[in-house]
Amino acid sequence: MPRPIPVPDAISKPFWDACNERRLIIQVCTMCDRRQFPPEAECRECGWQFHLDWMETSGRGTIVGFSITYDSRIMAWQEEQPFNNAVVALEEDPEINFFSNLPGIPVGEVPVGATVEVDFISVSDDQLIPEWKVVE
Amino acid sequence: MARAIHWERNEDPVGIWEHRGKVVLAGAGHSKNTDRRWDGVSMDRTLGAYVIEAARAAMDDAGISPEDVDGIVTSAGGQPAHMSLGSQWGPLRPFFDAPYDSEDGLTYVTAEWIQKQMNLPNVQYTNSHGETVWNLIGLAAQVVGDSRCEVCLVPYPNGNIEGRYHQNPSLEARGGAQWSNPWGWGLSGQGFVFDQYARKYGTNHERMAPFVVQEHANGLLWPYSYYAQHEPGPFTTEDYLNGRWIARDLSIFDCDRPVQAGACYIVTTAERAKDMKQQPVYILDHTESAFTPRSLVQTLDDTESWTDIQAKRSYAGSGLRPEDIDVFAPYDGFAVFTQYFLEAFGWRGVKRGEAHDFYADDITLKGPNPINSGGGNMGTGRMRTVFITDPMEQLQGRAGDRQVDIKAEVAVTIGVLPSNAAALAFSTSPD
Repeated sequence: MPRPIPVPDAISKPFWDACNERRLIIQVCTMCDRRQFPPEAECRECGWQFHLDWMETSGRGTIVGFSITYDSRIMAWQEEQPFNNAVVALEEDPEINFFSNLPGIPVGEVPVGATVEVDFISVSDDQLIPEWKVVE
Repeated sequence: MARAIHWERNEDPVGIWEHRGKVVLAGAGHSKNTDRRWDGVSMDRTLGAYVIEAARAAMDDAGISPEDVDGIVTSAGGQPAHMSLGSQWGPLRPFFDAPYDSEDGLTYVTAEWIQKQMNLPNVQYTNSHGETVWNLIGLAAQVVGDSRCEVCLVPYPNGNIEGRYHQNPSLEARGGAQWSNPWGWGLSGQGFVFDQYARKYGTNHERMAPFVVQEHANGLLWPYSYYAQHEPGPFTTEDYLNGRWIARDLSIFDCDRPVQAGACYIVTTAERAKDMKQQPVYILDHTESAFTPRSLVQTLDDTESWTDIQAKRSYAGSGLRPEDIDVFAPYDGFAVFTQYFLEAFGWRGVKRGEAHDFYADDITLKGPNPINSGGGNMGTGRMRTVFITDPMEQLQGRAGDRQVDIKAEVAVTIGVLPSNAAALAFSTSPD
C-alpha cells in the first residue's frame, strides 16, 4: 500500500536524513537543555534560534495508549482499515512522542505499557521512517 | 475590513470584564431549514441565502430595522482564520451570476457581502475575522463594549459543500502532516485521549450512551435541529452502541454531522436593548485560550491542564462560582469533549473522572442536571449555534418544550476544542 511520504523541509531535513541512516534524532536546546520533537525553528522554552542542536536518542520507549482507525480521512490509508495507532513515549523524555502502527501486532491487541524499540521502514525508494517494535 | 484588534481575554489574570453586564444578546435567528448540504441548484438555499434569512429573523426577534444596524461581525466560514469546512465550490465548476460569482456567499459569507445584499445603510464597522461561534460572540461583545458599534449583527454561517470533513487524497505529507500522515494519524487523536481517560478512571465508551442519547432527545425539541427536521424518530441506547467505529473509541455517533444552515445574533448595549423586543440576556464575560502540545500529540494530561486553565480564567473573568451556573452548555463536537469541559468547570460538583457517573444520573430536561439542554451538536448537527441559542432562550424562559425545570438565571457555554476554547457567561441580570 502506498502511504503518504514525508516531504522534508529546511527544519526537518536533518531528522529525515538521520532516519535514512537508521538513527532517531531529536532537537536539543544547548541554552536550556530542552528536548523537542517535532523539530522547530526555535526553542519553544527559551526562544533561542541559534542554540538548537540535534541529539541521538536511545531509540527506546513505552507505549502509552492507542486508538484504532476504522475510517481515515487520509485516503491512502483507507484500504488498510482498521489499523493500530499507538503513541510511544521516548525513554529519555517521556513527554516526547512518536506514532506507530505497530507492524505485526494484531489490530486492537496493543500492549499498553510495553517497551518498544525503534525500527525503520521504507515508504519510498529514498525515505525510511521510524516504526516501533515490542521488545518485552 | 477591520482586522488585528486585540480583543481576546486570554492572559491571566484576566480580571472581571470591564463591560460586564453592559452588553447583551438581544435577538437570535436561524435559517428555517437545516440541510445536509447544499444541492448546488437551489439558489434560495445557498449559505448566503440562509445567512440573510437568519439575519432577518434575528432583527425581527429583536424588533429592529435595517437602519438600526451599525456593525456586522461574522466568522466568514464558521472557522478560525477565514477557513471554510470542506472544499471550495469554484475549482470544480463555474460560478453563478452575482451575488454568487465567487466563493463569498457559497462556501463562506463575509460581512461586506451581507451588508451589500441586505442593504444595511448605516453600518460603520465590519469584521469577518471571528472564529467559532463562542469566539465570535466574544468578539462582538468586546467591540460593542468598546463602542466600535452599538447594534451589531452577528451572523454565523455553517456549510460544507462535500458534506463530510477533510478527505485528503495526497500522497505527499508536507508541513505538520509529515509527522502524522505517514502513520495514518488523524481522528485517532481523540480516540487516544479517550483511551487514556478510560484507563485512568476505569470507564468505557458504553458509559457515554446516556449522554448522547439524551442530547438526541433534547435536539429533537429544537426546531432548527437537522434531526428534528429530517430524522425525527427516537435515538436509542442500542442505536448508539451499534454505531460503526470511526477511531476507537469514537463511533459515528460521537462525531457531529456536517449540515448547511445559518444563524444570526444581535449584540448591543444594555442601554440600547431597553427599546428592543426581547428580554435582554446580559453578557457577563468572555475569555479565550489556545495551547500547543509538548510534542506530537495532545495527551489526557494536556487536555485536563488546558481545560482547567480555561475554566479558572472563565470564573475569574465573570466572578461566578460553579454553584452559580444554572444552565451549562459544554461543547460536544466530538462527544468526548463534553466530559473534559464539564469536569474542568466542576458544574454540579463533578470532579475529574466523574463525568460518566454524572451521565448515569438524571440529566433529563426536567431533572436537576439538564446538561446541554439544547441537544448539542450530537442532537442538532454541526451548527454549534444551539450552544448560544439554547442558553439564551432558557434564560429568557422561551425554550418551549426544552425549557428546564430548574432555575435558569445564569448560563455558561464553552467550545470549541480543549486546545482552543472560548467561554461565555450569560445572566438575566446585569449584576
